[in-house]
Parts: sequence; structure tokens; C-alpha cells
Amino acid sequence: MSTSEPTHKSERAAETGLTHHGDADHLEHAVFEYAPAPESRSIVRLQSSYGLFIGGAFVEPIDGNAYKTENPATEEVLAEIAAAGLRDVDLAVEVAGRAQKQVWGPMPGVERAKYLFRIARLIQERSRELAVLESLDNGKPIRESRDVDVPLAAAHFFYYAGWADKLDYAGFGPRPAPIGVAGQVIPWNFPLMMAAWKLAPALAAGNTCVLKPASTTPLTALLLAEIIQQADLPPGVVNVLTGAGSLAGAALVAHPGIDKVAFTGSTEVGKDLQRALAGTGKHLTLELGGKAANIVFEDAPIDQAIEGIVNGIFFNQGEVCCAGSRLLVQESIADTVVQRLKRRLATLRVGDPLDKNTDLGAINNAAQLDKIRELSDAGEAEGAARWSPGCLLPAKGYWFPPTVFTNVSQAHRIAQEEIFGPVLSVLTFRTPEEAVAKANNTVYGLSAGVWTEKGSRILWMAGQLRAGVVWANSFNRFDPTSPFGGYRESGFGREGGRQGLGAYLDV
Amino acid sequence: MESEARTIVRSASGAPAILAAGEMLEDLRRSESDLRRFLQGLPGVDQVGAEARAASLATRSIKTSAKLWALETAVSMVDLTTLEGADTPGKVLSLCAKARRPDPSDASVPPVAAVCIYPDLVPVAKRALIGSSVKVASVATAFPSGRASLAVKLADVRDAVGNGADEVDMVIDRGAFLSGRYGLVLEQVQAVKQACGQAHLKVILETGELVTYDNVRRASYLAMVGGADFIKTSTGKVNPAATLPVALVMLEAVRDFAELTGALVGVKVAGGIRSAKDAIRYLVIVNETVGEAWLDPSLFRFGASSLLNDLLRQRSKQLSGAYAGSEDFSFE
Repeated sequence: MSTSEPTHKSERAAETGLTHHGDADHLEHAVFEYAPAPESRSIVRLQSSYGLFIGGAFVEPIDGNAYKTENPATEEVLAEIAAAGLRDVDLAVEVAGRAQKQVWGPMPGVERAKYLFRIARLIQERSRELAVLESLDNGKPIRESRDVDVPLAAAHFFYYAGWADKLDYAGFGPRPAPIGVAGQVIPWNFPLMMAAWKLAPALAAGNTCVLKPASTTPLTALLLAEIIQQADLPPGVVNVLTGAGSLAGAALVAHPGIDKVAFTGSTEVGKDLQRALAGTGKHLTLELGGKAANIVFEDAPIDQAIEGIVNGIFFNQGEVCCAGSRLLVQESIADTVVQRLKRRLATLRVGDPLDKNTDLGAINNAAQLDKIRELSDAGEAEGAARWSPGCLLPAKGYWFPPTVFTNVSQAHRIAQEEIFGPVLSVLTFRTPEEAVAKANNTVYGLSAGVWTEKGSRILWMAGQLRAGVVWANSFNRFDPTSPFGGYRESGFGREGGRQGLGAYLDV
Repeated sequence: MESEARTIVRSASGAPAILAAGEMLEDLRRSESDLRRFLQGLPGVDQVGAEARAASLATRSIKTSAKLWALETAVSMVDLTTLEGADTPGKVLSLCAKARRPDPSDASVPPVAAVCIYPDLVPVAKRALIGSSVKVASVATAFPSGRASLAVKLADVRDAVGNGADEVDMVIDRGAFLSGRYGLVLEQVQAVKQACGQAHLKVILETGELVTYDNVRRASYLAMVGGADFIKTSTGKVNPAATLPVALVMLEAVRDFAELTGALVGVKVAGGIRSAKDAIRYLVIVNETVGEAWLDPSLFRFGASSLLNDLLRQRSKQLSGAYAGSEDFSFE
């Protein structure tokens, strides 16, 4: 136990290799300086290398290829990961097909439900381990992986477990049939949660799965595979292929043994996928990018709206497809909102993802950091005003400070392109009609937020906004009972709720 | 107005705005319709959002050096309270001894901020606390219900102040507030403030009876416009008493009032705070809502009795690494 005086931040900076960033006014010695409160890593038993999960066992890839996954907060290598090749994809799809026809498809729903409930409970039992591993591999703060990612992953399994024996009554007609083998490719921003969103409804409906986690965040999907093993799920029902999207991912979705493709990721890859799958008869759902408007009216509950703005764009470092990356604020309160927002951002704690008090962790990978930098520089070049609170960023790892752009116009790249980072563009509007027009003026349509105390306006806005999810006086709230998905270049199909089941049933 | 006298102009550039705010406050005090419009025009509080924010701040993990600092600071912010019909001089003397020297075995533990008692016992406490920094706070204005005429309430206040109370904890007329008679509530606060003279005025909102956060925000402003030095959550006689989201809403009001007028108003959370863990959560909310100026007994207090011993126990655990027994600290 240390009872020494907290060191001055700048001294600490020199010791730990942190670098100053942004407006340095806030870097004075704080009266109440929170001591480091790191979550222990010891609960995670990292292996030096991981194989592929095929047919209920961890196996070496046939071609023997591997790559390394690292901790984005430190650039430390965490483990060596198998890189699936074409023959591994063949094997996994074949095994999954057999399991679907012989075991999982014919199994009564009530029996399938038992397995799903068991997986859900095991996720809860091993929640600390999953949370620490998620923060290590992804860079997200432990507060979020512990309080959001892992509980939501368990909740999805619990929710769809409940549906497994009630498919006849789900509103898809009598005896809806599973589609077959699902090839599921998921992104690096919510690795475990996305795996749960994909696997739980597919399994409940009687499909088997071949899951391809993102190459930079394979570890929690592999731990989930271990949990699936622990739950005695019949071999081959869930298979996990790690490796590159361009090889394993592309081969998986193109494989003739795959009946259904579910993809969450970039719009660019989503378009390629749709082209590749055209005419194959495969079912497809896509959950792609977004550029959500978070709309704040002058009668909004202002303190909660500020929290909603922060949660909208800085949750998970802004690496969220439904992030509220465009703040549309009514011109009459724009100055107040921006001033209060900046004051609030000065209290954000950026740093070690495993520290329980960290609000903003590391950017997941170097390529993403480059993209965030490139778009932020473009914002500045196009004439928007850039601001960040003073914060200390570690010298190693991939870091980007919380950033706000004001004086943004609808024509700027930072108002149109998805940044997928902790960067907020502030625009103003005068009337509800103008707010709707600006909010809908995007190629995307995944989510939106409306902040007002006027209930009738919320309902009117919800009808006008072309977005799959409209949050009222809240943002980035998820629940397994609520369908989630997009319009236009944000994709199609819904995940969650009864609608999420439909994507995995032949209806 | 006396409230102008304690107005602290924080920056030269803010001065004109603050002068304008002074005029606005005068208008609010003069005209009930202006006051009503002002209070009803305050931004609403979204219940779900306020509770989510408070819950999220409650997950902060305060360890080692930060925890020790927080525990000692919390001790120095305690208004050690006894408000029982059965209170006697003996009980108050014992409380005062504990207030001066919370941990007799360790002189480095700071004294608490104040003792909080009924008005008739103020002389006892005053004598017992001579030579210490511990203030004497007295409840008044027909505490806890406040159901008496203004004349009776003022007599109660004058009695407490005449007996030497340094601080007066008044209750607002919740009946008047809930029936929309904001002017009446304001007049009473102003009259009590005047009767307090040099004594500091804490205005108890009794948030458990106001129920909504919108009401908490309005009542906070009402008390501040009336000249409160502190706004206080509860009497401790009504459930629920202090909660984290209520404290959050009050701290936001205090922060915004300071921005508007330059006046720094304190916040006292009272009732139901028994553990050191809870106290630290309040300090975190203070730190991340109003900032460090309020991390001081002059601007933040805990109204509590059993809290003090848990603070001492956790402090000794921080220092020695082992928990003391339950009988190692005097219960009063």
C-alpha cells in the first residue's frame, strides 16, 4: 500500500513517457487525484499461441500460418494466432454443415435452449476474465467491457435462449426452418458482444455457425469458444476461424456450403460482399457504417444532453458504428452547449484501459489511428475549429485525444464521412424541419438521437428520421429485446429482438 | 443585500455579467411572476439520464493515496448530528468531545466541521467546543416539518442564534413549494437569512418530499436566490433522504448559480449516509461536477452520525492494513 503524496502530473508524465496533448490548462495538480486503480491481469491465462476452433476442438491450421495480436495500449504482443487458410475454411464449413443436418437442426428447440442458457451463465461466471481480455486485446476501458460488453453478451444469449422453443409463435408462420450454415464476420470494436449478437439468434433458430472474428481482436472469441466447449455444445455447431478478412473472411462468405452470411463492418467491405453474393441465393444481412446525428433542441434536459453527447461519441473511443458523431444543436443554445461540453470533456480520463477509472482507452489499431488522424487533419484544413481538452497520452500504443470540431458545415468531410474515432463534429440548426433535413443528409442511416422535453416532437422526429434506431433523451443504449440495424449504406437486416430471429429463419 | 456582500467575483472579465445577474436576482426577489417564470424556465432534468450519470460516477475506484485523502477530507466535512427528542446535555457533551477529537488515539485526524443539534442545546455545545474549530449548527424553523407560522420560525432562529449558533439549518415550506407558492418560500428564506445575522444559513429542501428532480432543481435555485449559504438535501427524518442523483442535481444547480452570479453556495448531503464508501462516492460526484473548489468543508458537508466511525475505521485500515474491531472507536 502506498500512502505517498500523489505526484504532480507533469512529473509523472516524465516518468511514464506520457505526452501532453491539447489545451494544457487542465493539467494543474488536482486536489483529488485518483490513484491508479488497475484491474488485475492475473485472472486471464493468456496462451502463447491459439489454434482454430473447428468441430469442438482447438486445432492447428492446415497450412500452419500464424500472426500476432497485440495490446493496442502498449503495442505489446499478446499471443500468436492461427491464420485460417482455404482448406481450414473448407473443413469448418463441412463440419458445420454436418452438425446442422445431423445434430443441431433436428434437436428440439427446448434442448437447444438449454445449451444457450448454459453459455449465458458461463459468460456471467467468467465475466471478469472476459472483460480483462477484451480490454487487453481491444484497448477499450475496463469500465465499459465490464459494465457494457460482457453483460450485454450474456443478455443476448439469455434472450435468444428464451426464443429457441417458441419459434412457432414468433410470427413467422408455422414451423419456421433454420437456414443452414451461417458464415459470420464480425468487427473489432465490440469483439465479444458482436460474436454474441451473431451466434445467439443463429443458434436459437437451429443454424450452425462459422464465426470469423476481426484479425486484431480474436482473443475473446477464442475464450468464448472455450466457454462453448465447457458448455458441451455438440462439436461443429460453432466454429471459430481466426485470420485475415481478405483471406479467411472472403473465402468463408464465398464458400458454397454457406447458406447465410451476416457481416458487421465497413460499408466498403459490405458493398463488395453484396456484389460477390449476388445471384448465389445466399441470405445476407449487413450492418455497416454510420454518421449519426445527435439532435439537441433548446428545451432539452441540458445536463443529461451533455452526458448523452459524451456517451454518443466517446463511448468506446467513438469506434461505434452508431456513434453520435454529428452533434446537431439548435442555434439558440449552441454556445452554451459547446461551452458545457468542453468543460465536461476536461474531466474525461484518458489512459490505461485496465484502470477502472479510465473513460477513454486506446484506438484499436494503427491503421484506424491513421484514418482518424487523416480525417481530423482534413477537418482542420477545410476550416473547422479543432479543440481537445488537455490530456496526457502514453507515448507507446495507439492514442487519440477526445476532439471536438466546431464551425463545421454540412459539406465538410468530417460531417459526411465516418471517422470511427473520438471526434465530434458540431453543426447547428434553426427549426425541427432543418434538423431532420440535416440529419437525413447522409448516405448512412443507422441511428439518431433526439434531445427535447417535448414528447410530441420526439414522436414526430422519430417518424421523420431515416435511421434504424432513434434514441430519445438517451444515446448508445442497447438491449437484446430491441432490434438494431440500418437504412441505406448502413446496411439491412435487424439484429436483436424478434426481428433478429427472422434473419436466421427461412421464412 | 447581504448576499451581495459575500458574492465573490471570480474573474474580471466575468464582472459585467455578474452585475447584470445581481439585477436579475433583485427582480426575482421583487416579483413573484418573474420568479415563477424563472424557475419554470429552468432546463428540465431527465430522470433516467441523471440516475445513469450518478450510477456511472459511483463506479469510480478510489484507492490508496486517493482513498486516504478522501477519508480524511470526509471527516473534516462531517456535521456530527444528533436530533432526537431524547437528546440531553450529556449526550451533546459526548458528541462534542467526539467532534473535537474524532480518534483519541490519533491526533492527526482532523476535527469534524460542526455538530448539528436542536436549538435549546446550543449553549451546551458552544461551551464544550470553546477553543476548537468545530462550529455549532442548530436546526430551526419548526424542524423537521416546518409547519408553523413565520413568526414562530423566526423566533426559533433568533433563539438558536442568540444561544450562539454559528450555523442555522432551516427547512423550506414544502407545502407552499408543492402548491406553487414560490414567493412565499422565498420570503421565508429571506426572512430567516436576515434573522441569522452573521450565522451561516443552510436551507433544507427535504428532497424526499419534493420527489422529482425538476422540483429539486427549482427548490435549489429558490433557496440560493433567497440567500442560502448552503443547500441541504434532507432533515434525515424522511425517506428517501440524500441520494447520489439528488446530490448531482443540486451540485449542478450550485455550479450553474456560481457561473451566473459568481456566488459560491455550499451543498450538504444528509440522511442515510453511513459508509465511507458512500461518502467517497459523494466526493467523486463533487469533484467531477463542480470541481475542486467544493472539496472543502466550507462548501461541502455530510450530515451524519454513524458515518464518522466508518471513516475512521477505513482510515486506520488504510494506514495499518488491518481492520480495527467494532468497539475500537467510541460510538459517540
